[in-house]
Amino acid sequence: MYDLLISPFSFLFLRRALIGCLALSLIAPPLGVFLTIRRMSLTADVLQHGILPGVAIGAMFGGLSMWWMGAGGLLAGLLVALLAGVITRATDGREDSGFAGVYLLALAAGVALASRERGIDLTHLLFGSVLAVDDAALILMAAIASIGLFGLAVIWRGLVLESLDPLLLQAQGGGGMRFHAGFMVLVVLAVVGGFAALGTLMSVGLMMLPAIAARHWSRFLSGQILASVVAAVLSSGLGLLVSFHANIPAGPAILLVAGGIWLASLAIGPESSLRSRALIAAHD
Amino acid sequence: MIFLNNVSCRQGRVLAVENVSASFGPGLSAIAGPNGAGKTTMLRALAGLHPVASGSITGLPAAHEIGFLPQASEADRRFPIACDDFVKFGAWGRVGAFAAASESEQQRAQSALSRMGLADLARRSVAQLSSGQFQRLMFARLIVQNASVILLDEPFTAVDAATEAGLIDQLMAWRDEGRIVIAVLHDHDLIRELFPTTLLLGREAARFGPTSEVLAAKSRRGLRSAA
Repeated sequence: MYDLLISPFSFLFLRRALIGCLALSLIAPPLGVFLTIRRMSLTADVLQHGILPGVAIGAMFGGLSMWWMGAGGLLAGLLVALLAGVITRATDGREDSGFAGVYLLALAAGVALASRERGIDLTHLLFGSVLAVDDAALILMAAIASIGLFGLAVIWRGLVLESLDPLLLQAQGGGGMRFHAGFMVLVVLAVVGGFAALGTLMSVGLMMLPAIAARHWSRFLSGQILASVVAAVLSSGLGLLVSFHANIPAGPAILLVAGGIWLASLAIGPESSLRSRALIAAHD
Repeated sequence: MIFLNNVSCRQGRVLAVENVSASFGPGLSAIAGPNGAGKTTMLRALAGLHPVASGSITGLPAAHEIGFLPQASEADRRFPIACDDFVKFGAWGRVGAFAAASESEQQRAQSALSRMGLADLARRSVAQLSSGQFQRLMFARLIVQNASVILLDEPFTAVDAATEAGLIDQLMAWRDEGRIVIAVLHDHDLIRELFPTTLLLGREAARFGPTSEVLAAKSRRGLRSAA
């Protein structure tokens, strides 16, 4: 048991990856809860594909430096967030096909750019690697978690009202755009924070899977956010162990655990799960 | 007193509201007319949610002094929030984005919930309410907002008779408190019974004045034949 659960973390690289993922587990899942509530799950998908070309261009200029790749990813993510907003407005909310266009384009551009660059391991870039969490990546993840939590606290009330009833906010003198924009910046930051350990294709996994699992544990926002963080923390720890023992990339390993937690929640969670529905049906 | 001076509003390329003049004082006023006559657009223009293409609206108070109840509510009814927290957002204009609701705001929310018969449901989640209960919750939020002008878009749609009676009581309470209440309504009998003043929109020129004159049988027939 000790060998299975504890001793792997005597390796420095795994400990670093764990701490980075735990930091991310504090900020990404709460943002994911808001994304699901606002029916913006697709937007997260678009963003994680969107940062890939930016990361690749960053690597062209600065080599495999986490700061350069992070800065490139951040810029690209903000651009894609703007583009997604424009598409949503232009299509009157029927944005899904436009979003599919954006992320396919971004994925193709990102893979094309990254494979031209020598020294980039595409598997690591797309699917993450625990070895990629060096000191710079760890500082980046911790900084993003700190900034993100502070930022979320600042916009919290406005974000809740803007998600709940944008019309009331507008009728009360507007300002909804500020909260939406602030929220999108936080989401982009969290996606960038995730790519080192989880890979660009997996980085929203730690944001979305715990968030959709959390819906089955509470009918209130605060409860859902707590549940999402717990699920993300469990996924990070167990996922890294799976990655270590089974020798698979960290991103898929963490997401497989998170996905398992989601499926279990869907089956037996106290809220609108299959079990609770069966109980209600039996009651009738 | 709110004055509409030759107000026109565009909805896309068409004029949804054309050259409407009216005035609304304290008490109950109705906006009536067939579907597509621009009633909702007119109400949204009053709420500051729709731009006025020409003409002007004068006499409106500050934004937080205007309470607006949208049609079939644009609020997300599946949002994971408790009823009392939902109602407290009515105080947004006073509390703002960066403060917590004070003790007096909490009490205001509680008494508004009791007023609408929802005291027992305060800690329930909004998603568990029926559509009638949800409409009462929206009214409770308007009570918390304590606005001097209250705009209601078809407030009695999709509620049962008992709920409607409770909501009408609240309308009369607002009237007795001297607030300006303007409601978009379909039910002409209800308008004749409760609303002394009516703005009738339609394909023909808008008519405004005492309900008994505006909603005379003749003008209704005229509207129908025009439609």
